[in-house]
Amino acid sequence: VTEASLVALLFAALGIGGVWYGAGTSMPELASRHGAGIDAMMNYLLVTVGALFLAGYLALAWLVWTGARRRVIGPRLATRRAELMLSGALGLGMALIAEGGVLAIGIPVWAEYFNAAPPADAVAIEVTGQQFMWNVRYPGADGVFGPTEPRLIDDAGNPIGLDRRAAASQDDVLTINEITVPVNRTIRIRLRSRDVIHSFFLPHFRVKQDAVPGMTPEVVFVPTRTGSFEIACAELCGLAHYRMQGTFNVVSEPEFEDWLRKQEAP
Amino acid sequence: MTTAVLERPSESEPATPQPPHEDPHPEFLRTYVFSTDHKVIGIQYIVTGLVMALLGAALAVLIRLQLGWPEHRWELLSRLLPSGMPGGVMAPEFYLAVVTMHGTIMVFFFISYVLVSGFGNYLVPLQVGARDMAFPFLNMLSYWVALLSALTLVASFFVQGGAAAAGWTAYPPLSAVAAAVPGSQMGQTIWLLSMALFIASFTMSGLNIVATVFSTRAPGMSMMRMPLTVWSYFIASILGLLAFPPLTAAAVMLLLDRHFGTSFFLPSGLMVGNQLLTNQGGSPLLWQHLFWFLGHPEVYVLILPALGVACDILPAFTRKPVFGYRISVWSLIAVGALSMVVWGHHMFVSGMSPFTGEYFSLVTLTITVPMTIFGVNMLASLWGARLQLRPPMLFALAVIALFGSGGFGGLFLGNATADMQLHDTYFVVGHFHMMIGGVTLMATFAALYFWFPKMFGRAMNEPLAKAHFWLTFAPFFIIFFMQHFVGLQGAPRRYYAFTTYDFLRETRDANLIISVAALVLVAGQLLFLINFVWSVFRGSRAAANHWQATTLEWTTASPPPHGNFGGAEPVVHRWAYEYGLECGASDFATQNVPAERVPVTA
Repeated sequence: VTEASLVALLFAALGIGGVWYGAGTSMPELASRHGAGIDAMMNYLLVTVGALFLAGYLALAWLVWTGARRRVIGPRLATRRAELMLSGALGLGMALIAEGGVLAIGIPVWAEYFNAAPPADAVAIEVTGQQFMWNVRYPGADGVFGPTEPRLIDDAGNPIGLDRRAAASQDDVLTINEITVPVNRTIRIRLRSRDVIHSFFLPHFRVKQDAVPGMTPEVVFVPTRTGSFEIACAELCGLAHYRMQGTFNVVSEPEFEDWLRKQEAP
Repeated sequence: MTTAVLERPSESEPATPQPPHEDPHPEFLRTYVFSTDHKVIGIQYIVTGLVMALLGAALAVLIRLQLGWPEHRWELLSRLLPSGMPGGVMAPEFYLAVVTMHGTIMVFFFISYVLVSGFGNYLVPLQVGARDMAFPFLNMLSYWVALLSALTLVASFFVQGGAAAAGWTAYPPLSAVAAAVPGSQMGQTIWLLSMALFIASFTMSGLNIVATVFSTRAPGMSMMRMPLTVWSYFIASILGLLAFPPLTAAAVMLLLDRHFGTSFFLPSGLMVGNQLLTNQGGSPLLWQHLFWFLGHPEVYVLILPALGVACDILPAFTRKPVFGYRISVWSLIAVGALSMVVWGHHMFVSGMSPFTGEYFSLVTLTITVPMTIFGVNMLASLWGARLQLRPPMLFALAVIALFGSGGFGGLFLGNATADMQLHDTYFVVGHFHMMIGGVTLMATFAALYFWFPKMFGRAMNEPLAKAHFWLTFAPFFIIFFMQHFVGLQGAPRRYYAFTTYDFLRETRDANLIISVAALVLVAGQLLFLINFVWSVFRGSRAAANHWQATTLEWTTASPPPHGNFGGAEPVVHRWAYEYGLECGASDFATQNVPAERVPVTA
């Protein structure tokens, strides 16, 4: 019985301690518009699931506590009806929590993130992943990205294989591991990779998208806070995956124009 | 030559009682090494799996040393592993190989071997009242192919470039191009060959279990009288048979891409290691679809037996029937069916269409219905119980606990919107370790403690086993619970170190605590090893029905003779949970007790 008390205590302690520990941690501070929806989704899950987790562990503790003290078993078999009622009700309740969350909170965010057409004045950027850096490109004043060709790739001077003879290429702005964007404007980032799969991860912006060779997925979002943030790679891409690091600067509109002009001037 | 061992008496033979051992001096090799007896093969799988687990655990220690103390120089390890840890600091390429091999070994060569193939082999024929598996020779073949596959994998540590380093998911192009990472030289090829062998072996074994359940059940053993253990192995085996072939195909395609110039997974214009590749027209996403079409059912192949085993261990220590047997069976079937159509939830941010993502999200979360029902049934089985906290029961309780916390994590990851932030972070690592790591590990220990007396005719030491429980469950929970929140803070998985990012500064303390808990966990397993080895030779003698349980394996001797039931085929009269009766001195009836002696209650 002492032993049973200890086991019951263990389950109760893990349940209570778990919720306490979880409540004390938080995601990187939010910096994007759609991210508020993702955080709402996460908070909904943390609260509902946290409560269920606590209830489950306390129930387990209570069942162990009382069970070990019992000399004669309780009712041997539940009726078929009672079985259906209990597990059916809890199963459906759980599905309601899970699916309800997706339908009520999740899908609107998902739609905002993926399905809303970006406005005409969105800032277009192309990011090409490469072991182990991010090649960043702005289309320049003409708003058109110059053509690229893998056979033109030259790590010394042309990491993405830009065809410099084309007219559209002339004003393209290239940086490495550094993205600068204006605050509160829609940013559309086209992702490419020239070797293996990378994943473009902006923890503070709730943005994560794999950069897959042969594909050009696009992420569209609105930064809401100025500052300098980190870019990480979230898909195993080789030896230096853990430091395929970049900087994502969110600045005011005039600062952005300044910065871009400085980059354009050779 | 002992014909008794080589030939299984055909089903049509009259069941004449035979002495347990026809030959008093059976040839050692035929009995213990190249045996077709499902019990010997089961134990072979279990021992092989436990040895592989030692390797997997050693790799886990290396991972935790690196993540807990990223800049520390481990002088001793530099002497043990001069190329992997030059100067005592782990090389990044070695870290990736260690992570890849840890995952591969634990999923395929520990849990699959011990819990699925090992206990599946040992228990299914005994619990359905058969003399052996439906195809004993195929069974032996499956074990030897499995052993070959394990040896092949271990050999890959010693080839040029080291072991495979593209993760256990082996996403191309990283896994397809030798120049992408050192492990993608010979190591990846050997990894793929080992996988192909593993799948061949697992298919033979799964086919055998399905055939055994269909065709060799004892008279009276209707499907709805089968113990949940048998049900879970039956469904897991069907899933394996349906899901594994696509991965075999994918493995062959990746081998062709690697060595014969095809482009299944490689698009045009790849520039790896300053070399422009000539491949054209392939798709890296194709691999992900094929891999996860296997990969998701595979987690249920591992976890369903864990749940089934726990359900059969519970009533022996609550002394009353499990709650909702029929509903649990239908839940297992529903989970099995649903698990085949949800693989895309591993690919929410892969570049797959976001509309497909929402489909996979909604279908994935419908799995919560049968899984919650199953979990609630396990928990409700403790209601009104006269609980006995013997070692198998402690681990069965741990199964329930981890199944709960692991399942809750699934609600986050199955939700595409939440997964956008959590994908490929430590939240995922924490989640799958709770489920296919923890639920299965706890069930494996529960099963080992529970059926050890049956296997070896001796009991394990209980105080030592209880100490083992405390040193296993608590640290395990702490490690992987905390990893969820390290992931919530944004820490990506498969990172060699978290030292370069500002936003991950807060995770360093958590990683230190996790590493300490991991060392406690691994050290605690020594108690089990000592207990296991000591008890095989010196444990106290166990009775035929050591735990007063009801399923058929407890109606024969411990260990059961060749042919299992001493020639007399059992006849089944009742379901597997006839506990809590009031019939004379005992409170239970085994499945072969006729209705005239003890009334049948379900």
